Amino acid sequence: MTLAAPLPAEPAPPSARPDEARPAEIRAKAAVEDLSFWYGPKQVLFSISMPVAEGCVTALIGPSGCGKSTFLRCFNRMHDLYPGNRYAGRILLEPEGIDIIGPKTDPMVPRMRIGMVFQKPNPFPKSIYENVAAGLRIRGVRSRTVLDAQVEKSLRRAALWEEVKDRLHASAHTLSGGQQQRLCIARALAPEPELLLLDEPTSALDPIATAHIEELIDELSRRYTIVVVTHNMQQAARISRFTAFFHLGRLIEFGPTEEVFTRPRETMTQDYITGRFG
Amino acid sequence: MSETGLPTTDGRRLIAAARRRDLLFAGIGLAVLFVATAVLLALVLDLVLTGAPHIDLDFLTSYPSRRASRAGILPAWVGSALVMLVTAALAIPFGIAAGLYLEEYAPRNRVTDVIEINITNLAGVPSIIYGLLALGVFVYGFRLGETILVAGMVLALLVLPVIVVATREALRSIPREVREAAFALGADKWQTVSMYLLPAARPGILTGIIVALARAIGETAPLVTIGALTFIAFLPPPPITAQPPFVSFEWLGSPFTVLPIQMFNWISRPQAAFHELAAAAGVVLLVMTLAMNGLAIYIRYRARRLLG
Amino acid sequence: MPERGLVKKHTVRAFDQELARLARHVTEMGALVERQVALAVRALVERDEEAAATVIGRDDAVDELEEAIDQEAIHILATRQPVAIDLRMVAMALKISNDLERTSDYAVNIAKRARRLAEQPQLKPFVTIPRMAEICQRMVKEVLDAYVERDPDKAMAAWHRDDEVDQLYTSLFRELLTYILEDPRTTGTCIDLMFIAKNLERIGDHATNIAEKVHYIVHGDLINRMRKTKA
Repeated sequence: MTLAAPLPAEPAPPSARPDEARPAEIRAKAAVEDLSFWYGPKQVLFSISMPVAEGCVTALIGPSGCGKSTFLRCFNRMHDLYPGNRYAGRILLEPEGIDIIGPKTDPMVPRMRIGMVFQKPNPFPKSIYENVAAGLRIRGVRSRTVLDAQVEKSLRRAALWEEVKDRLHASAHTLSGGQQQRLCIARALAPEPELLLLDEPTSALDPIATAHIEELIDELSRRYTIVVVTHNMQQAARISRFTAFFHLGRLIEFGPTEEVFTRPRETMTQDYITGRFG
Repeated sequence: MSETGLPTTDGRRLIAAARRRDLLFAGIGLAVLFVATAVLLALVLDLVLTGAPHIDLDFLTSYPSRRASRAGILPAWVGSALVMLVTAALAIPFGIAAGLYLEEYAPRNRVTDVIEINITNLAGVPSIIYGLLALGVFVYGFRLGETILVAGMVLALLVLPVIVVATREALRSIPREVREAAFALGADKWQTVSMYLLPAARPGILTGIIVALARAIGETAPLVTIGALTFIAFLPPPPITAQPPFVSFEWLGSPFTVLPIQMFNWISRPQAAFHELAAAAGVVLLVMTLAMNGLAIYIRYRARRLLG
Repeated sequence: MPERGLVKKHTVRAFDQELARLARHVTEMGALVERQVALAVRALVERDEEAAATVIGRDDAVDELEEAIDQEAIHILATRQPVAIDLRMVAMALKISNDLERTSDYAVNIAKRARRLAEQPQLKPFVTIPRMAEICQRMVKEVLDAYVERDPDKAMAAWHRDDEVDQLYTSLFRELLTYILEDPRTTGTCIDLMFIAKNLERIGDHATNIAEKVHYIVHGDLINRMRKTKA
């Protein structure tokens, strides 16, 4: 399926820029269809439909409590860890079209194929090596050669290898905040996920560490499909190809980042991104 | 009052008053701490001064005797050590397993609530009640006799709630993010628990174990209830033998005594010499407790070092 | 598209003030340049020496305003990272001020040639140039009104008037050619008039540019496509 199909509102106005005029080539890695979500009796997401473009960065923005993180955590069924939560609608993981939140789908299925990086760097209280190898060990990989190779590859992709190659067996907690977050990215990359979820990956980092992560996201977007939640609108504008704006659990606007940040269709989007909110 | 309605008190005076309050409180705290420590120190010092001269190799390797000069604590400390071994072997795995189940696996429903309330309350039940329970169930019910096994079992039962609660607290204090990170990587529940949660919870669980075993080693009442001997002139069969399979569990079925009971026995005699022996046994008990704690603290330190 | 006129205040009030000051300076510069064009046209049509001198003298003020606008816009870009309507407004302030500065230069040019022409006898059928000048002056005024009112329709009305200027320019070219052929002594005057017409035509173009920018500020899409259909 192509991206053009499940666009939420009216189709984006024909663009004047030639490089945007090829949405047909972008395929959807996932398609969210009419997704609603409840924390116990409280509905927090309301009929959200949007695609996730393959090989692109999709940014989710919106004020605190708008549901963007909740939305992200539906993709790997994180909400299943806590009782009383309920999903409705579908999230189809392409190309097979597995319904991630379908009642018959084991939450392990999407989690095996989707990696996640959290807001606060959360390495395991283990060595750097073991942190990166964690996903592989969980998948039953025992071969030392395979583990070594994949750990190095993932650390290189996370742009951390050079900094830690001499102390792979030191505790992960000896790393700085920015390094820890890159370690968490390496950990998520090691099992070769098809989709990478980033939940405000730089909100706990200083500007330089943030720049490193942004550079990394840019680099990774050539290889992975990425969905990133961010509080930082400039960051969304810099790193993403598509942007979705959430407000009070509803998807207000979805479109190419370029358009959302220069000429948003919705007044609410404009008020938010220009700093005229509330 | 000034025009703004705020009191025009001099800021410096407020600060000085606040500082005086702090100083006063710190002073009271220090005094209380000093008194408590001084009392404890005096007791320990008295114990050591009275007991230490009697501690020598003979004291540790002799059986009790009617004559104070020949009496030793061999069966008592061996008994204590063996009972502790049984207690630890039972209470630690069961306690951790129970804590793990309640915290990670148990569904949140009324049955779980009842179990939780019971466990919390069990920790407050007087230890002699456990002794009576063990006497009824283990000694007479299961016909296990007045043995080391039963002693270990009753003490395990006694300290189980401590380990369960400590395990749950330790698991609960693990940041949510660690658990989520493991699940997000595709781990199932057992992998998450065994690979990530237990290692992270180890320091907290170890603290619980220290507290539990320290309590167990000093317990007397339930052991008296189940019929620990106060005077014993033999050792249980050794756990390691010369013949294959080199390990023997016969000792589990042996009668026993423990250090606190030996002390109690000596204290209740009229002769002052025995009182001094009791003090010496007390010192040994203290040393055993400290050694156990030391070991646990060392393991915890190693575990924490990896936690960063 | 967010509705215009309903733009709320920023959470950071200083940002609103900075944007307002920038817009005010653009408006001020527009008013000044509009007068420049009007005076240049008067200098030409009424052989008003004084008007010509005023135009030439005021060019520095225009340049200063342009510089101020540049600095303010860059300051906003650097400190506020504006997006959407704010970004369009700031970026276009930069470009509009540039258009206005060019317009003022052309007005100065016209004034200088007008001063020289005033020393020559007037050519008889002096009709097309005043007509062109009048249209251009009106275009400048209208696009600046459109800028102030954020009214893209008004801007586009002015934008369409540029066709007329272009047509007048072409016909004037032929007219002046005939004069030169009839009486070669008028060649110098005709060339001056030719350049003035060229300047007016350029003023019209810049007014068109400003009209497009007003459209972009409000709607956010570029207008090049429409221009193609027009050509």
